[in-house]
Amino acid sequence: MNKMQLKILSRSENETFARNAVAAFVLPLNPTLSELSDIKTAVSEAVTNCIVHAYPGREDWITLECETEGNTLHITVSDSGKGIADITQALTPFYTSLPGEERSGMGFTIMQTFMTGFSVESAPGVGTTVKMSKTLGARAGSDAQ
Amino acid sequence: MKLQSCSRGQDLYIYLSGELDECSAREMRVRADRIIDEHAGLSRAVFNLAGVKFMDSTGIGFLIGRYKKLKSYGMTMLLENPDRNADKVLSVSGVYSLIPKI
Ligand SMILES: Nc1ncnc2c1ncn2[C@@H]1O[C@H](COP(=O)(O)OP(=O)(O)OP(=O)(O)O)[C@@H](O)[C@H]1O
Ligand SMILES: [Mg+2]
Repeated sequence: MNKMQLKILSRSENETFARNAVAAFVLPLNPTLSELSDIKTAVSEAVTNCIVHAYPGREDWITLECETEGNTLHITVSDSGKGIADITQALTPFYTSLPGEERSGMGFTIMQTFMTGFSVESAPGVGTTVKMSKTLGARAGSDAQ
Repeated sequence: MKLQSCSRGQDLYIYLSGELDECSAREMRVRADRIIDEHAGLSRAVFNLAGVKFMDSTGIGFLIGRYKKLKSYGMTMLLENPDRNADKVLSVSGVYSLIPKI
């Protein structure tokens, strides 16, 4: 079991850093290249949402917490921003509250598809917490690259 | 993130390389749109993704945005050579039904 916590400002240049930091943290579990890119993509989605939706037009803290447990990686991404009033609607594929900004509304769908576990908690005006997990080697063999 | 282009006959080729995310998308939009404007009147634009080492849903938004712009010029858009990660993101998002892969 290992743990790490990372606090970053909601600047888009910190996205690369955040996804690569999580990738480096999970390396001792020997992920395949495809598992690693799934994790990086999911982290990027969660962090982008904090930057774009939670803190529009301002900078504030995003907290990432990671924990490894056996061959499972748990990731929590939280913000204390705008929050989500209707989570069911937010999780609907292609739904975006920013249709004018070339958003596809696929971020949550990608997180759910690329990770083994996913949940989101949110309250308007309080913030949002996204929890994801990935069990490595779940499809060993077919997933190797 | 790099963007290079060339045209052959009726085809415009746009080669993207690097990481296509929220951080790079803004600049890429401006650069891709300038090239599209300069080549309005051609029949197809082929986006080659071979050099794209990372892409998330912001990349999907970027590609669909260019698709709409090309459509307004009567041009078809196609995708070529996505790597395994980009291909998964594109498939999950259903992008290929709008912008076919060749
Ligand atoms: N951290 C957050 N804080 C506030 N609202 C959020 C947050 N994350 C997501 N949302 C809301 O949920 C919606 C869906 O998010 P999702 O990532 O699926 O799509 P998107 O970000 O709008 O588009 P894309 O991810 O394709 O660029 C967003 O449009 C936004 O309204
Ligand atoms: Mg998103």
